Amino acid sequence: MWNDYLQLMKSEWMVIIVIFILLFLKLGKKERNTESLLHFINVLLFINLASGFIYHRDGSLFGDMFHSNSLLAFEKNVLSLGTLIISMQSFHWLKNHKHILEFYILLLSTLLGMFFMLSSNNLLMFYLGLELSTIPLAALANFDLEKRVSSEAAMKLILSSAFSSGLLLFGISMLYGSTGTLNYLELSQQLTGTPLQILSFVMFAAGFGFKISAVPFHLWTADVYEGSPVAVTSYLSVISKGAILFVFVSVLYQVFHHMALAWYNLIFIISVLTMTIGNLFALRQQNMKRFLAFSSISQVGFILIGITGQSAAGSASVIYFVLIYVFSNLGAFGVVSLVSALTGKETVNDYKGFYKNNRVLSWVLAISLFSLAGIPPTAGFFGKFFLLLAGAGTTHQSGGQINYLLIVIAALNMVISLYYYLRIIRAMFMDSTEQPIEKIKSSFSPNLSFIICIAGILITGIASGAYNYIYSLVK
Amino acid sequence: MNLNLLLLIPILTATAVLFCKGLKQVRTVSFLGSALQLALSFILMYYYWQERTAGNNAAFLFEDNFTWFAPLHINYHIGVDGISIAMILLTSFVVFAGILVSWKMEQLSKEFFFLLLFLSVGAYGFFISLDLFTLFFFLELAVIPKFLLIGIWGSGKKEYSAMKLALMLMGGSALVFVGLAGLFFNTNTGDGSHTFDILQIAQMHIPVAVQKLFFPFVFIGFGIFGALFPFHTWVPDGHSSAPTAASMFLAGISMKLGGYGCLRVATYLMPDAAQQYSTIIIVLSCIAILYGAFATMMQTDLKYINAYSSVSHCGFVLLGIGMLTRTAITGAVMQMVSHGLMTALFFACIGMIYDRTHTRQMSQLGGLLKIMPFVSTVFVIAGLCSLGLPGFSGFVAEVTVFMGSWEHKEAFYKISTIIACASIVVTAVYILRAVGKAIMGPLAKTEYGLLKDAAWNERVAAGLLIIGIVAIGVAPFWLNQLVGPGAESIMNNISNAAVIK
Repeated sequence: MWNDYLQLMKSEWMVIIVIFILLFLKLGKKERNTESLLHFINVLLFINLASGFIYHRDGSLFGDMFHSNSLLAFEKNVLSLGTLIISMQSFHWLKNHKHILEFYILLLSTLLGMFFMLSSNNLLMFYLGLELSTIPLAALANFDLEKRVSSEAAMKLILSSAFSSGLLLFGISMLYGSTGTLNYLELSQQLTGTPLQILSFVMFAAGFGFKISAVPFHLWTADVYEGSPVAVTSYLSVISKGAILFVFVSVLYQVFHHMALAWYNLIFIISVLTMTIGNLFALRQQNMKRFLAFSSISQVGFILIGITGQSAAGSASVIYFVLIYVFSNLGAFGVVSLVSALTGKETVNDYKGFYKNNRVLSWVLAISLFSLAGIPPTAGFFGKFFLLLAGAGTTHQSGGQINYLLIVIAALNMVISLYYYLRIIRAMFMDSTEQPIEKIKSSFSPNLSFIICIAGILITGIASGAYNYIYSLVK
Repeated sequence: MNLNLLLLIPILTATAVLFCKGLKQVRTVSFLGSALQLALSFILMYYYWQERTAGNNAAFLFEDNFTWFAPLHINYHIGVDGISIAMILLTSFVVFAGILVSWKMEQLSKEFFFLLLFLSVGAYGFFISLDLFTLFFFLELAVIPKFLLIGIWGSGKKEYSAMKLALMLMGGSALVFVGLAGLFFNTNTGDGSHTFDILQIAQMHIPVAVQKLFFPFVFIGFGIFGALFPFHTWVPDGHSSAPTAASMFLAGISMKLGGYGCLRVATYLMPDAAQQYSTIIIVLSCIAILYGAFATMMQTDLKYINAYSSVSHCGFVLLGIGMLTRTAITGAVMQMVSHGLMTALFFACIGMIYDRTHTRQMSQLGGLLKIMPFVSTVFVIAGLCSLGLPGFSGFVAEVTVFMGSWEHKEAFYKISTIIACASIVVTAVYILRAVGKAIMGPLAKTEYGLLKDAAWNERVAAGLLIIGIVAIGVAPFWLNQLVGPGAESIMNNISNAAVIK
């Protein structure tokens, strides 16, 4: 019995332990060497990540409310890895911050919420995890304490996530009303696609749409991303989105399986809108964080394509893409974060002539952007290719048709998106300016995170092991 | 012979370049790597001949097949036939010459040579792929290095040209992608799963309606790479803004990716559609040939002259492909090789002139023959090859295309052949005028008198390319025999398709 609680909830326990260690540290001595404290926390996060790879077990707890299997363990590992990378990248920003421990306690609480959300096998559990993962995020968005934009971002985030949670809860209650159960398996057997159930699905999708900032629920994204500290922005755009997408995939395929014909067109339209509008807005952004925000909106559009695909290939390609997205987006955010922390410069024009003094950082940013744009040999190419193959292929929800329209629209969008990614490359490598950014003195933690990101980008694609492994888990 | 070596050597060379210090080490390593690759291409051809004379009649030799992404039926499948070998030889010639020409590239030399070698990896990989995914992977691999090469080391409105080139080529590959996906979903390997394998798809008969739908995507997509009218507009800007070696690579290798793709993917895999669309292809390529030639007449910048004439010359490649006879297709491949060598030589020469005089305007040049006899002679040779003088490769290739197109009986084909032939007169006008103004005549400026002739590296590069041109021009049979069986198998596919229908 106790063994079950320990082993199945292993990742959750690890995060809780780390949170408690940090809490005790907070209660202890006032003055600390911040650098060694940050290194210590990174080591803790690394241990958390490493522990995710051992002692898997499948099973369920709490009367089937909570379940665990190797796919979920893998997804949790991806999120832990992303958190570790973000933590290493925000070294320079946190070094001079007064509230390091609070930052990490809040951050890990959201991670814990995501873990519960992933492992949920019941909509109640899911909602609990979701709320645990969103409320601390608003506090985190406010973590540039002396900046007013940061508070504004936090306000916008909390309002929009409260609204979307409301929608989601409304959808859940209608589902409960029409079926009398909240368990995933029982729900999937009872859902037949009555109008009430379809309405509840629409609410559900709207709630999810807010969280992953799909068009037309994307309006909060740019302001929140711009105002929040870079570490929080990258956390929002990668980890938080990734977790929601993981859940969305499994909920769609498990719970709403029999309503596939109903949601196929909805998701298809949302995905086309999301990538097109995200792309068009990204074209003219001047602030790097806003730019990455809109580019991440269009990336979500691509991910939604994969979700429309048939179950095994579709979810494998989505999970694979999120893994790649962790590496590539964090590579890009890492450079932006470092530059922003050390020089305070955040616009595209500031990056003119960046290559002159910062060769390595320029290449890190360039390779990450190539991966986001889907250029080989980076992993992004493989990720996008597989998403499109999965999305366009014949499925029962598309009525046995191959969706060529989707391929054409997505291919066009890839060309549009290339333009704005190349605009950054052009600013860094080709444009010259009087005063390019000086040589940036990075330290060990950010450098290590860049190595991880670049290695991830270059290896997870060409070496097919990652995709094949994910596919075997999904199947 | 293991074809992976063809990829391994440039990759290793490029990696080694990253660890070098200073221009001298970088260029030595790149030089050795590309020399090794050149030797390897000859060895490959030698082994290929041995296999063929020993009676091995398989369509593709030295195949290698790994499962790459098993759930999606994606394989890493490589192999060569005569056409691929011709293109590989061309690539290794141009890469070798390009590296020699960039011998004094002081600015960011490490990055420059790395990108050149990286680009060549894309080209080699593309020419040996037998799987559509692998092929597409290498096709896109070769786009971004061009963007960086033009944007960082280029001249003139380099950022604009680089962006235009990258976006148009990516647009092309997006179209190719749509076509490949369309092909993929309409294949059936027997157990209901799909395949990207070119050899397997060639054996299947893709439904004619599907072919008609996706042929334009693939052909226009590759056509953008190969300067298909009206999608050729990246060619003049891209070539004229690029640094010398990048211009050579662009015209010599990169545009050939398009021609090869049209042949290997569009025509080979969708034979019915190729026949149905052949009139449109022929009309477009005739327009490209004539339009390119007349546009060249109006140019005053030497690089623009060569860039527009490339549009015209690549029109012959597409014309040969559109004609769909064995001879015409052989001619198209020969024209690809010939144009690749010739235009690389031309750009190398223009680069040498520009390095010394700092101008490419014809009006400011003149009398170069007196002070730079070697460079000027090479320029004249490249020009004569371009206008199709017998004894050089251009003549052989163009005549083969014309002979192949004349095999058709209908008036339409005859007329279009005559129109294409007529462009040679225009070619002669602009080439002879360029030679007359820039090379002959009195010295344009007195300070040109102090300029030096070609250095050893430039001599070797030009000499090598000239050897290639003359070897094809004087003894075309070896190239013909090399390419012939490949063209034959494409034609067989087309006639089989006609029988099935």
